[in-house]
Amino acid sequence: MIFNLFNRKIFTLLKVQYSNMLEYRVEIALWAISGIIPFFMLNIWTNNNLNESINISDVMLSRYFLCAFFVRQFSVVWVVFSFEEDSLMGKVSPYLIQPLNPFFRYFAQHLAEQITRFPFALIIAFFFFIFNPESIWIPNLGILLLSIVSTFLSFLIQFLIQSIVACLCFWTEKASSIERMLFIPTLFLSGLLAPVVSFPEYVKSWIYLTPFPYLIDFPANLLSGNETNISRGLSMQIIWIFLLFPLFKKIWIEGTKKYTAMGS
Amino acid sequence: MNLRKYLKVYKKFLYTSLASELEYKTNILIDLITAILSLIGSIFLLSIFFQNNGYIGGWKFEQALIVQGIYTILNGITNTWFNPNLTEIVKHIREGTLDFVLLKPIDSQFFISLKKINPSGFLEIMLGFFLLFFCIKINQINLSLSFLSLSFITISCSICILYSIWFFISTTTIWFVKTWNAIEVLRSFLYIGRFPLNSFSFSLRVFFSIFIPIAFITTIPSEVFLGLSQLWKILLEVIVASVFLITSRKFWLFALKFYSSASS
Repeated sequence: MIFNLFNRKIFTLLKVQYSNMLEYRVEIALWAISGIIPFFMLNIWTNNNLNESINISDVMLSRYFLCAFFVRQFSVVWVVFSFEEDSLMGKVSPYLIQPLNPFFRYFAQHLAEQITRFPFALIIAFFFFIFNPESIWIPNLGILLLSIVSTFLSFLIQFLIQSIVACLCFWTEKASSIERMLFIPTLFLSGLLAPVVSFPEYVKSWIYLTPFPYLIDFPANLLSGNETNISRGLSMQIIWIFLLFPLFKKIWIEGTKKYTAMGS
Repeated sequence: MNLRKYLKVYKKFLYTSLASELEYKTNILIDLITAILSLIGSIFLLSIFFQNNGYIGGWKFEQALIVQGIYTILNGITNTWFNPNLTEIVKHIREGTLDFVLLKPIDSQFFISLKKINPSGFLEIMLGFFLLFFCIKINQINLSLSFLSLSFITISCSICILYSIWFFISTTTIWFVKTWNAIEVLRSFLYIGRFPLNSFSFSLRVFFSIFIPIAFITTIPSEVFLGLSQLWKILLEVIVASVFLITSRKFWLFALKFYSSASS
């Protein structure tokens, strides 16, 4: 019964947010285009034959960066920016009265955006294959499912981290600058700009303990068929989610106690 | 145009926006850390590219650092002036407050381009200059009058081009209120400016010289630093910069004809 009710809520939220997101098709298309940095990086790598030193062929590297692009497309999180705006405008107050954690609303928003984004990402991939026909491949079904799962887990990790940062809005008005700071290590260490295998030893020795390589590098390696440790990757992702979730709950409970309504 | 009046007005702009920005002091500190981390990250990425190669696109690591330094300065300028002001245009147009700007007895482009200032960008500019001085030292560049004036000319041309592109895209919001994300696309393209243009393949090089002149923005000033630049390239940059400035001005005046105020 409770589960059923919960299900209905999620479904309604998703439906509302999806129709909302469809309104902003052009915006989302532009968002998708702005994610093409991995392709520029690929160009630097292959144009200077940098991949020879890390023993990845041109084809495998281009698949890697294409997958990195895909994983990034479906793990983009902006909850802190929405939440900051809502809390500054005083929109959080009505949400708090509802018998549903407002973060479910944002969660549904993100999922709906990903569904809207999917066709645009496919179009970009299509163009990528026109320019690089030799890198076309079809991953087998098991790998495909596993990489969808790991991309979703990566999205969950980022969503939890950003929700924790968003909760800081209860204490300071501008939590988004903290998020911008946290984004820098994510950008450089997650494997979006360079695969983690290419990192120097002194970074590789500790990076696998942090959540960063599991955000993009691991799912992208999995999907593109590059060498990766599947069981370690998935278990690390799950461990990080289990570590972050109680932290989020705690900060949420503390934060709502601190909440002072702003705006109207 | 009355220069003294504009200087006086600008002083007032500076005073008011600094006063409001300094309300968020911790924000400025966090932004400083972000700028430092981001510089460390890009140097880290560059070092990955160079770890097994002496040259990338004909540039040594020490030389590529110059590009990085110039990029950091320009990014700082973007964050100080372009970003806070030109994001405001969207708000002006959406809420119809552009009316008030147009009614003022002052040039509207001047008003919307310089009204606000974000002091944390200053630190990034300083960071860029530190890196440049360091590069001058390790590359053993002789400081002479002609070198200084040429680098001054090219960097100011880069600033003009950058400003024009930003302003151009912001102006299009008069027609398409919601294409603000085009700026995100621009940002991701500008990311290319961190690397010497020669490290990309020929087709991308052509694209980034003709359609979005990122080549002119960072690579030509860096070549001036190394004494590699031919005179025609510098002249070309001056011409491109003036064409961009004039076009963006004309475009703004043209777009204003289509402005129909929003809401009340």
